[in-house]
Amino acid sequence: MALSLGPGVDAAIRAHGVETYPNECCGALIGRDGVVVTTYALPNTTEEGPRRRFLVRPSDYQEAEKRAAQAGGDLLGFYHSHPDHPARPSQYDLDHAWPFFSYVIVSVREGVSEDMTSWRLREDRSAFDAEELTHA
Amino acid sequence: MPNTINIPTPLRPFTEKKEAVEVSGATVGELLADLTKKYDGLRKHLYTDEGKLRNFVNVYLNDEDIRYLQKEQTPVKSGDTLSIVPSVAGGTVDGYGD
Repeated sequence: MALSLGPGVDAAIRAHGVETYPNECCGALIGRDGVVVTTYALPNTTEEGPRRRFLVRPSDYQEAEKRAAQAGGDLLGFYHSHPDHPARPSQYDLDHAWPFFSYVIVSVREGVSEDMTSWRLREDRSAFDAEELTHA
Repeated sequence: MPNTINIPTPLRPFTEKKEAVEVSGATVGELLADLTKKYDGLRKHLYTDEGKLRNFVNVYLNDEDIRYLQKEQTPVKSGDTLSIVPSVAGGTVDGYGD
């Protein structure tokens, strides 16, 4: 498994994470055949504290699917930031994950973006597996 | 006339890539049961081990969230459409103590 980020995608995700710091950012990954062509920044609508949680509500999810279709691509997954925490998925991420989506996480420490990783839910929902993140 | 369930992107690998599946039943719960009977791989992503719909799985009957109707007991009419719409959530390790 691998996810490739097209030109500007890595920078867009990092910029969004820095912009919303110390809160979490979130957005959709749109592309085709494992290559993210563009991102679609979404509002973090969590009511559980945006420093540690993000939520993409159903209406925004539907808009992301629509955007992907309009772009002639697919919804490949979602990204979010972990402010002042490592770029690895939490139990909470696992509990809420959807299959076949790529979950990109960027760590933002003291307002500066650091590691970026990508993960896929294992078929039996028991864990995430890291996927290689490359740049197209 | 059967009913239709709209399938979101991450669940389409389980439905032979179909965006919509025809199902039959008298209630929302029966339509969902027919869906998981046809495509068993969906079950663990829609339901908890206790058999409850996962809280980030949203089901709409036409445009109404079934949580505000009679949930899975909501009766359906011929031609009604169900949509499964994800919420996407996550967060850092804090808050769950790990």
